[in-house]
Amino acid sequence: MNIDRVRLPGPQMFRKMEQAEGEETEKKSESGPCFPPTFSVSEIKNKQRRHSMFLKLKEEKRKQKLELKKKKKKERKALGDKAPPKEVPKTIENQRIYDETTVNPEDEEVAFDEGTDEFSAYFNRLTNPKVLITTSDRPRGRTVRFCEQLATVIPHAHVYYRRGLALKRVIPQCVSRGFTYLMVINEDRKVPNGLVLCHLPDGPTAHFKVSNVRLRKEMKRRGKDPTEHVPEVILNNFTTRLGHSIGRMFAALFPHDPQFVGRQVATFHNQRDFIFFRFHRYIFKNEKKVGIQELGPRFTLKLRSLQKGTFDSKFGEYEWVHKRHEMDSSRRKFHL
Amino acid sequence: ICRLKVIWDLIGNKSFCSYKVKTKTQQFCRNEYNITGLCNRSSCPLANSQYATVREEKGLCYLYMKVIERAAFPARMWEKVKLDRNYAKALEQIDENLIYWPRFIRHKCKQRLTKITQYLIRIRKLTLKRQRKLVPLSRKVERREKRREEKALIAAQLENAIEKELLDRLKQGTYGDIYNFPIHAFDKAMEKQEEETESEEEEEEDEEESGTREFVAEDEFEESDLSDFEDMNNLKGSSDEEEDAEDQSSEEEETEEELEEEKTKAKSKGKTPLKGPIRKKRAYVEIEYEQETEPAQKSKAT
Repeated sequence: MNIDRVRLPGPQMFRKMEQAEGEETEKKSESGPCFPPTFSVSEIKNKQRRHSMFLKLKEEKRKQKLELKKKKKKERKALGDKAPPKEVPKTIENQRIYDETTVNPEDEEVAFDEGTDEFSAYFNRLTNPKVLITTSDRPRGRTVRFCEQLATVIPHAHVYYRRGLALKRVIPQCVSRGFTYLMVINEDRKVPNGLVLCHLPDGPTAHFKVSNVRLRKEMKRRGKDPTEHVPEVILNNFTTRLGHSIGRMFAALFPHDPQFVGRQVATFHNQRDFIFFRFHRYIFKNEKKVGIQELGPRFTLKLRSLQKGTFDSKFGEYEWVHKRHEMDSSRRKFHL
Repeated sequence: ICRLKVIWDLIGNKSFCSYKVKTKTQQFCRNEYNITGLCNRSSCPLANSQYATVREEKGLCYLYMKVIERAAFPARMWEKVKLDRNYAKALEQIDENLIYWPRFIRHKCKQRLTKITQYLIRIRKLTLKRQRKLVPLSRKVERREKRREEKALIAAQLENAIEKELLDRLKQGTYGDIYNFPIHAFDKAMEKQEEETESEEEEEEDEEESGTREFVAEDEFEESDLSDFEDMNNLKGSSDEEEDAEDQSSEEEETEEELEEEKTKAKSKGKTPLKGPIRKKRAYVEIEYEQETEPAQKSKAT
């Protein structure tokens, strides 16, 4: 039986040798395709036979895996309550290198810092946010539309055309007119690719890389345009000290009291140092189910640098700068 | 003289010159001493023994002159004269230096000087304004970042996260009384008030079971009935809670309920007024009724 399977119409010596090899190995095995350890599928020169051998190998591996699973399941059942807990698969989030600056919710020092930092004015309800959105020089259509949509998402936002003004001169004027935030969207090759977010009265300046911008009309199954209601804000996964300050920065963009009537929510979700922004309208179907519908634009941000004062590229004091060679060396280390 | 003609024949019109750049319509000369930049018999610095150019270095303009007397000394061939920074004075200097030279060269030198001063002025103006800083992107890094972003997006499971957060906020009560889902209180109330509802139901059943209800009740207490009864429990539970919990705002709640009905149409079953359970009871009643009348009719027909 085994011989018949292996024999092929071809009088070449090489092939006969292989046949002999195949025969021997198959004869040695007891049941079907068992492979002795020294045998490797890649040594067979004939493509068809190599392929069939490989398939058999895969089949066997799969069977073994299934058997192993069944055995484990039986053992678990048998042990019942005493069974060891199920193993959790490793994910990048699980394996993340523990960051020493992770904020403990009850940390007093952090709480004290946050009580006295630049956003304390906002969080103590002394100021209301007012945002000025502008671009780099000569924006193209996509960037302009992105700015407009951002202005609808963020309440009290005004878009101004740049016209070649120097930011250092713009900033004192903004301060005098009562703006709390300056947002500059940098553009390259007709596509927005950078965001500078500057908290105005002497606040920190964050520089982000913007990617995957989707405007409203490019979104599938979107809802109608956002209304004027103040949206809620969700900030997810900002764990470290740096992440905390960035999160507060985003929170201070929006006014304090969200109008729940509007049922709109803006989400900043941090995952592996990428901040995803989404804008949804939600509706509670019952107490366990909520439906969300995406409105507004979506984009992702990646923090490049955080500067202590207002925007000053030459003499600014940088609190955090993304240094590629140091910080990107490990795949399990994240900073936000 | 013949020498120059020979040179031009060798390099000029149709033959090879290493400074020559040919395009479809024109020939350019890349020689740095060339005054017009085109490859012509009159503008070729190699084929003219008497030649002059204006060049600029580091913001200063210089006049270069070549005469036939120095043709044998290539190291000293070009005479360099520094021109004044003032444009008018520089023009005068050119005139003075090239006084008996052919008109063409003089004219072209002045033209070149004009162009150079114009672009120097523009450079100075631009450096005062803000300039774009070009940051080189590393393709490998960009690709890596893009891939990582995609993976992060998949790992983030944004919609689930947002839904979870919203439900948590609902549970914590940040929304106050806007949504009338009696959440965990509702669950407890369910358990507490099951007895009450059962007793009420039993009473009702007793009232209406006068006559022909007995065996039908068992059949009907199956799947669909159970769900209906749950809803009835919900209703009774919610209605009881509302009556108990709030004194003043009953009207508000009703209006909110109405609003809710508009908003959450799926909840219409649960939010119908108190007649609901009774209605459903009646529905069962109707079914019974039909079953009973049908055989009667048949009997009559036969």
